[in-house]
Amino acid sequence: MSASGLWAVVLAGSLGCYLLKLAGWSVPAGWLAGERLQRAAVLLPIPLLAALVVVQAFAGDRALVLDARAAGLGVAVVLVLLRAPFLLVVVAAAATAALLRAL
Amino acid sequence: MLRDAVGIGVAVGAYGLSFGAAAVTAGLSTAQACALSLLLFTGASQFALVGVLGSGGGAVAGIAGALLLGSRNTLYAVRLGTLLPVRGPRRLLAAQLTIDETAGMATAAPRGLAGTAFWATGASVYVMWNLATLLGALGAARLGDPAALGLDAAVPAAFLALLALQVRARDTLAVAVAGALLAAAAIPLTPPGVPVLLAALAVVPLLARRSSR
Repeated sequence: MSASGLWAVVLAGSLGCYLLKLAGWSVPAGWLAGERLQRAAVLLPIPLLAALVVVQAFAGDRALVLDARAAGLGVAVVLVLLRAPFLLVVVAAAATAALLRAL
Repeated sequence: MLRDAVGIGVAVGAYGLSFGAAAVTAGLSTAQACALSLLLFTGASQFALVGVLGSGGGAVAGIAGALLLGSRNTLYAVRLGTLLPVRGPRRLLAAQLTIDETAGMATAAPRGLAGTAFWATGASVYVMWNLATLLGALGAARLGDPAALGLDAAVPAAFLALLALQVRARDTLAVAVAGALLAAAAIPLTPPGVPVLLAALAVVPLLARRSSR
C-alpha cells in the first residue's frame, strides 16, 4: 500500500473509532442497553484476537505455514500460562524466532 | 487512586513499545504509528489495524477489524455517561479517553471518585501509550530487518497476551478456539484480512444460546 493509502487508512480508522466512542456518550443510555448487544460487544474481541494470533503466526501466501513464528508462539503460550509479564512474553517470542533463523 | 493510574500507565507502556514496533514491522512509518496512537487511541483496534495490513490485508479489512474491536468502547461510554457528569466540549475529550483501562478504573472507583479515576487514568495512559509507541517505532525502524530480529513473531505473541486478559471462563475459551479455527480455515480460501473478520462469527452461537434461556 502506498504512503498516502496508509495515511488514509490511519485517518479513516481513527475517525471511525472516535465516532464509536462519541456515540456512546451521545445516545440515550436506553438505546444500547439490550443484553445481547452488551454481550456481543464484550465477546467480540475474543475471537478477533484469537484470529489475529493465528493469522500473524501461521499465514503465508494464501496458505498455512509452519515457520519460526510458530516456535515463538509456542514459547509465548507457555509464558502466558505461567502468567509472565507482557514484555517478557513478547521479547521471548521474538528471541526464539530470531535464534531459530540464525541457526 | 493516582498511584493506580500511574501504575496502569506504566503497564500500558509495555504494550505501547510493542505496538510501535509492530506498526513499523507491518510497513507503517514512525509518523503513521504515532498518529494511530494519538488519534485512534484504543490498543486492540490499533494492533488489529496494523496486523491486518501487515498480513497483506486491504484498507477496508484493516478498518473493519479496528471498528469491530473498537465497538466495545461505545458501551463503555454509555456506562461512563451514567457515572460521570461530563457536559459540553469536555465530552469530546472524554470520548477520546474512553478505553478498557479508563472504563475499568472509573467503574471500580468508590462512589464520587469515578471522575478522578477516569481523568487520571486517561491522562496517564494517553501519555505513556504515545511515548512508548514513539520509542517502539523508532527502535524497530532503527534495528533493521524485522524478521532477523524475530519481530514478526512478537506480534502474534502480543495478540496472545492481549487475548489471555480477556479469556477468563470456559465459554470465552470456546469462543477463542472457534475464532482461531475459523481464521485458520479461511486463510487458504479468502483474501488477506478477511479471516480475521470472519472469526467474529464465533460469537453468534453463544449469543443465540444465551437468548434462548
